[in-house]
Amino acid sequence: MDLTVGPIAFFWSADQVRAFYRTLAETPVKRVVIGEWVCSKRLPFWQHEIPAAVEVLQAAGKEVALSTLTLITLKRERRQTAELFASGLPVEIADLSALKHLPEGAPFWVGPTVNVYNEGTLEWLAAKGARRICLPPELPLDSVAQLAQAGRQAGVAVEVWGHGRAPLAISGRCYHARLHDRAKDSCQFVCAEDPDGRTVETLEGQPFLTVNGVQTLSYTHMSVAGQVAPLREAGVDALRLSPQPGDFAAVTRLYARLLESGLSPRDALADLRRIQPGAIFAQGFLEARPGAAPCP
Amino acid sequence: MMELVCPAGTPAALRAAVDAGAHTVYCGFADETNARNFPGLNFSREELAEGVAYAHARGAKVLVAINTFPRAGDQTLWHRAVRDAAQLGADAVILADLGLIAHAAEAHPGLRLHLSVQAAAANPDAINFYAETFGIRRVVLPRVLSVEEITAINREIDVETEVFVFGGLCVMAEGRCSLSSYATGLSPNMNGVCSPASHVAYADVAGNHEARLGDFLIHRTPKGMPVPYPTLCKGCFTSPDGKGDSQTGHIFEDPVSLDATRLIPALQKAGVGALKIEGRQRSRAYVAQVVRAFRAAVEAADQGAPMPEGLLARLTEGQAATTGAYAKTWR
Repeated sequence: MDLTVGPIAFFWSADQVRAFYRTLAETPVKRVVIGEWVCSKRLPFWQHEIPAAVEVLQAAGKEVALSTLTLITLKRERRQTAELFASGLPVEIADLSALKHLPEGAPFWVGPTVNVYNEGTLEWLAAKGARRICLPPELPLDSVAQLAQAGRQAGVAVEVWGHGRAPLAISGRCYHARLHDRAKDSCQFVCAEDPDGRTVETLEGQPFLTVNGVQTLSYTHMSVAGQVAPLREAGVDALRLSPQPGDFAAVTRLYARLLESGLSPRDALADLRRIQPGAIFAQGFLEARPGAAPCP
Repeated sequence: MMELVCPAGTPAALRAAVDAGAHTVYCGFADETNARNFPGLNFSREELAEGVAYAHARGAKVLVAINTFPRAGDQTLWHRAVRDAAQLGADAVILADLGLIAHAAEAHPGLRLHLSVQAAAANPDAINFYAETFGIRRVVLPRVLSVEEITAINREIDVETEVFVFGGLCVMAEGRCSLSSYATGLSPNMNGVCSPASHVAYADVAGNHEARLGDFLIHRTPKGMPVPYPTLCKGCFTSPDGKGDSQTGHIFEDPVSLDATRLIPALQKAGVGALKIEGRQRSRAYVAQVVRAFRAAVEAADQGAPMPEGLLARLTEGQAATTGAYAKTWR
């Protein structure tokens, strides 16, 4: 099993993005997916950083793929999606409509916001050229095991959501803008004020969700630190780590040690709590419980 | 005339909808293959056969929704549902899962396929992909699109479009939402339920009514005020802005339902062929009333007459309605 870093979910400045990928190049992750995953309005502010980030990561021996948006609706967004396939890098599709632009026979990756729930879908995507699939975070371990096995047979590497706030929903409406009494079209990029998303609590003050523009993430940080052994046994090929502010490099190193079996799940969680003080770690989805159910 | 596609959660509702003027009814089997997998709802194989006979004898069509995502290792339950719908004379099946669509296209080449709203095909590329690859004949558009965008989509596709005009309203892209399983472990995609009643608890605390979903408080209203059903995305929450201030309210959406009655002429002009009413969980009396009102509305639209006003006022009483994403300002 190895490690994949997914696209940055949040609206970070070009400087933050540059610094993030420079640091990431020095970490023990095997591959990185780069691209605007959430809102096409953010892209002009940082897309000029992408070629340099790809270069620094490739020079460090990482595999790199480019991500599409999760929800593609506008003409401009469709054009940008088509252009990704001309980059020469593998494309990770986050929206099935990207397949319309796939050059015949070109290999591609599939991100966690594409609905791959069963062997039929996995096999169809494999026949179309899928090489890696990151499964939807809500899948229980039974399904993960079935799909990992189907992936083996079909020549597709199967990943699971390993660490980070999970993508729970995508909308046509921007909730960040709505919190500021604005509409999506006049958002004035307020999501940039919250580089780790904006917390949504219940009326009792219980943290619940994280608003990130048109995307809704979990408040809890999903962590499979306690489930590496069953995931390995199930035949899972990689864990996906989702970028977040703070010492993300330390998070990647911790998972690398966990995969090398140099760390018990209990020690791993204790370390995570040190790296991300105040964070709540959860992993109910794999156990077929509410996703928000906290790690022990 | 635009086709009116009406919900039938039970055989009685199917007959009521057909009698009230539905051009088409849609229903599902009584299991997790459909996205309204509620206790006491949906059809056995025999009931579907009878329902098809009843509808066809009166010139109405029957669509079968098989629109959850098959469970890994258990796909035969979904494959059997498609086979049985075809054999029992359904006019089309409504599917969401890529693998299931591929299976249906291959195993039942004569069966008409509709793309469920749960497939979230939100642009012409997605729709054309399904049409060219699997011969999908109709797409139910996700509720993230404005009327202008629907018009533009229809210019670029050759398949029929169907849109929701009345009933429950998802504010997230349907079929791409795990909020319910995050709070309860059960989701629309896997289990055919959202914010399920099995995980709802009401309580009176310190002069307030409270409604919870799983471990989370979704609504709190003062005693004497009705407490809405705790559908997660319509809940009342608070969000600190990190600078010491916070916003409290319905951060995702108010507890509203969709009513796009007044947009029917615009939707017709946008090239929409069919209007869908949500509500397979509703009573047959409700269904009959809504269907009658919408039949009058599509007939008026067909003749270029104004939309009958206040037709549905009684049905939305006590609950606010919205035109949702169809109006661009909603975003």
